[in-house]
Amino acid sequence: MQKIFADATAALDGLLFDGMTIAAGGFGLCGIPERLIDAIVASGVKELTIASNNAGIDNEGLGKLLRTRQVKKMISSYVGENKEFERQFLAKELEVEFCPQGTLAERMRAGGAGIPGFYTRTGVGTQVAEGKEVKNFDGEDYILERGIRADLSIIKGWKADEVGNLRFRKTARNFNQPAATCGRICIAEVEEIVPVGSLEPDCVHLPSIYVKRMILGAPYDKKIEFRTVREREDA
Amino acid sequence: MGWDRNQMAARAAKELRDGYYVNLGIGIPTLVANNIPADMTVTLQSENGMLGIGPFPYEDEVDADLINAGKQTISELPSSSYFSSSDSFAMIRGGHIDLTVLGAMEVSEGGDIANWMIPGKMIKGMGGAMDLVAGVKKIIVVMEHVSKNGDPKFIPECTLPLTGKNVVDMIITDLAVFQRADHDSPFRLTELAPGVAAEEVRDKTAAHYVE
Repeated sequence: MQKIFADATAALDGLLFDGMTIAAGGFGLCGIPERLIDAIVASGVKELTIASNNAGIDNEGLGKLLRTRQVKKMISSYVGENKEFERQFLAKELEVEFCPQGTLAERMRAGGAGIPGFYTRTGVGTQVAEGKEVKNFDGEDYILERGIRADLSIIKGWKADEVGNLRFRKTARNFNQPAATCGRICIAEVEEIVPVGSLEPDCVHLPSIYVKRMILGAPYDKKIEFRTVREREDA
Repeated sequence: MGWDRNQMAARAAKELRDGYYVNLGIGIPTLVANNIPADMTVTLQSENGMLGIGPFPYEDEVDADLINAGKQTISELPSSSYFSSSDSFAMIRGGHIDLTVLGAMEVSEGGDIANWMIPGKMIKGMGGAMDLVAGVKKIIVVMEHVSKNGDPKFIPECTLPLTGKNVVDMIITDLAVFQRADHDSPFRLTELAPGVAAEEVRDKTAAHYVE
């Protein structure tokens, strides 16, 4: 079975439909599946529900899909640094489900692991708990959160072998790992595809079973939101 | 008089212990990292998936794949490790992080904290703050004693949407330190910043506390 596709448009062929739910990896602009996002923008698919920790920034990452008004609803923990998002949200053109970051990660992990719901202390007594079942375990209240099952997962990896075993790099792993598991189909874009046998099996971060389709997305021009540096003491 | 931002961070750093795993919020809490005693091993967690945050990188070491939860470029240490967001919050929710230092817009006398939303104004989202206050063993809030308008921020009940209910253990402001022994006890004024009188703290605090 061939998992490697020529480009993002080819990899998405037959998978997109209006009103679908997409889970996306990335934290800020770190480790975002930018080739796939561009191809989804170009496809014109609309009324999307997107589960992603952030919503990109103006005209970067998922910000591009917001600009073209293809998104109906975001499920996110943090959406700062995005003026177009703020405008659409305040104008009630965009629905937002604020979800605590750890709860969002666990909702993806649980969805991918066949767990429809779980109890967590996160959000108890806050507006996040509104309308949710509360259950007391050992004297502490917990709220019921639902696992997320997406129609499609889009992720960014570092290195994959030809069958889809995949490694991430540094903090670009973030939501890519749980997001990969919660979609009925996961497409990964990676920086490098290596022959089978060249990844140490003990060092695979995402086993190939989760990666159904794959593209080589390189070369990447990775964006940095806040470049912070220090001076060398004795230059 | 009172403490400046760095001195508040230095006061919070006195709560660190050798071997602690700590998560620092954005703003004044980040400055706590500059005040870790040299003879102490403290490991900083970044909730986007890293243990062992290093200092800001040198210009030629900047790496877009290596950022902290504030999306700033950072560096790694020989002892660092990386993991997914779900593993990161398993650590946080599972009670494995010893201490977190967070900013706040309001704290109530019952230990509620509000720091993520001003209805109609600020709609950025809670990020990982709700998970941190629900899961970390000890929660320290570092904040200015009063708002820019001069209104008390330590108050009987929060007016803003909550981040967590009955979760705060300690409050460090520019004027004073409040602590409580457990989540059923009231806050007690335990320290005054240099040059600050108990009366000034009383005047600028709406919350009930024990002196």
